[in-house]
Amino acid sequence: MTLALFILALLILGSAAVAMALRNLIYSALLLIGSWAGIAAFYLWAGAEFVAFAQVLIYVGAISMVVLFAVLLTKQGHAPEPVEFTSLSRFITGLIAGGGVAGVLLGAILGMPLDVRTAQAAPSLTVKELGARLMGPHTASLLVIGLLLTVALLGAVLLASDKRPDQPEDAP
Amino acid sequence: MNAPGTDYYLERAPLVLRDAIVQWSPVPAQWLVHQLITIVAILAVFGTFFAFTTIAERKLLGRLQNRLGPNRSGLPWWKKGPKLWGLTQPFADAVKTLTKEDIVPAAADKLLHFLAPVLVVTFSLLTFAVLPFGRNLIPVDLDAALLYFFAAGAATELAIFMAGWASRNKYSLLAAMRALAQVISYELPLLLSVVPVVLIAGTLSTQDIVLHQGHWTFGFLPHWFVFTPWGAAGFVIFLVSALAESNRSPFDLPEAESELIAGHLTEYSGFKYALFFMSEYFGLTALSGLGVTLFLGGWQAPCPFLQFIPSYLWFMFKLVGMLVFFIWVRGTLLRLRIDQLTRLSWQFLVPLALINLGNAAFWALTAGWTGPLQLVRWGVSLAIIVVPFVLIGRRLSGTRAPRIYRYAAS
Repeated sequence: MTLALFILALLILGSAAVAMALRNLIYSALLLIGSWAGIAAFYLWAGAEFVAFAQVLIYVGAISMVVLFAVLLTKQGHAPEPVEFTSLSRFITGLIAGGGVAGVLLGAILGMPLDVRTAQAAPSLTVKELGARLMGPHTASLLVIGLLLTVALLGAVLLASDKRPDQPEDAP
Repeated sequence: MNAPGTDYYLERAPLVLRDAIVQWSPVPAQWLVHQLITIVAILAVFGTFFAFTTIAERKLLGRLQNRLGPNRSGLPWWKKGPKLWGLTQPFADAVKTLTKEDIVPAAADKLLHFLAPVLVVTFSLLTFAVLPFGRNLIPVDLDAALLYFFAAGAATELAIFMAGWASRNKYSLLAAMRALAQVISYELPLLLSVVPVVLIAGTLSTQDIVLHQGHWTFGFLPHWFVFTPWGAAGFVIFLVSALAESNRSPFDLPEAESELIAGHLTEYSGFKYALFFMSEYFGLTALSGLGVTLFLGGWQAPCPFLQFIPSYLWFMFKLVGMLVFFIWVRGTLLRLRIDQLTRLSWQFLVPLALINLGNAAFWALTAGWTGPLQLVRWGVSLAIIVVPFVLIGRRLSGTRAPRIYRYAAS
């Protein structure tokens, strides 16, 4: 079981690392998708069926398409030159911003009371119970997420729509 | 014959056969053999099913177009005998595609060009794992089976993209984008048409959904979901979306053979092309199987006295019925244009599917109504779906119908 975990971790981290190193954006995107699929496999390993399939459906099925379309539809000239070191202030701001994010993340991870226990019997939580939990104690978070996504969708529609009057597409 | 259950000998026959083979194999490998038999059974049954679907399609299309269809191929060593109505054609096709030259464009991305057909066949085969083929026959009985089905199907989009991009041909890439636009826009009504079933059955497990439809009113009217107002509407939406998802006519724009060359498959030849072709049929068969499972009662017999026919045969009868229906549609309807296609999905099917979800919620809330209230329940439920259907249809066709043909002689 632990061996499987190590192989999965290697797959996830390896493909993510290679994705960052490659110059070809499409390869990077495909490897990133591979990494997401690896995370889904990890959920399966951990016994969380529902989350694993949701991960595949959403990340491998939907978000991958967004990423790939974004790569294809944005302007890509020749391979961009590596960014030169131009100014000290830029370097320092970058360092501060990156360091800040890293600090917050590290603090959150280290401050979390990790509940290390030996593996118990696989938790048997059916999808029905999961749904009841989501609609019961976690209704508020579900609604907030739904609202957020709706706002994002409306914003995308607003950005994409052009203001021309409705022309029938049949017009020659 | 009194209602045969899970112990009926014909129902148990496949399991008995499997267990016999497992017993016969060496003990350390028994678990492996147990799994392998399931895999081999799915591959063999649906492989041959695919082969005969192609010949059935060509024959039926031939009949619909008033010609004979393929009828020449017989058996190689049987020169004088009957031609077997051309039934060996798929095997000849298989040999042909296997021996054809595999052409890869010089500029193509060799690895992705190779991976795309492999990926698409793998994932379309994975979807068969959760279909309940019979009372005792389900390869993997998952609690989240429906989610698994759609998750496995999601990777075909990735394969379409890989095929189009790796060919290094701008027409392939453009066609792949078109195909993706189609598949993504019809994923939504497909999923939304399935949700009411989950709402009523209260489970994502395909086997439990089938068991939920296994009762009869007055002893002969089956409780299949298609025989309820929301179920019928959901089934129609499911059928249309399934046609579009599997790139079948009248939604076969990605690979419109009379207009484009072959869309994102332009640079594929030989067996790689055959793999795409195969995955298309596997996808169609799996979606038909899902439609049978969700709306047509799965492996349940239509009447109690017909239960002496084993459940897996009922499943196959219904599956063949669905496929023949799809072939009939292909021979009858004209191909849509891309703007008509997307408009149909976003302006018509998605709103209707959402309304149908509310309809199913109404049906679930009024489950306790009896007597004359039952009629009210049916009437209201019918009205909930028919009135929006007419209104949205009128509104959408208002500016466009009747169609004026500007360039064609009437």
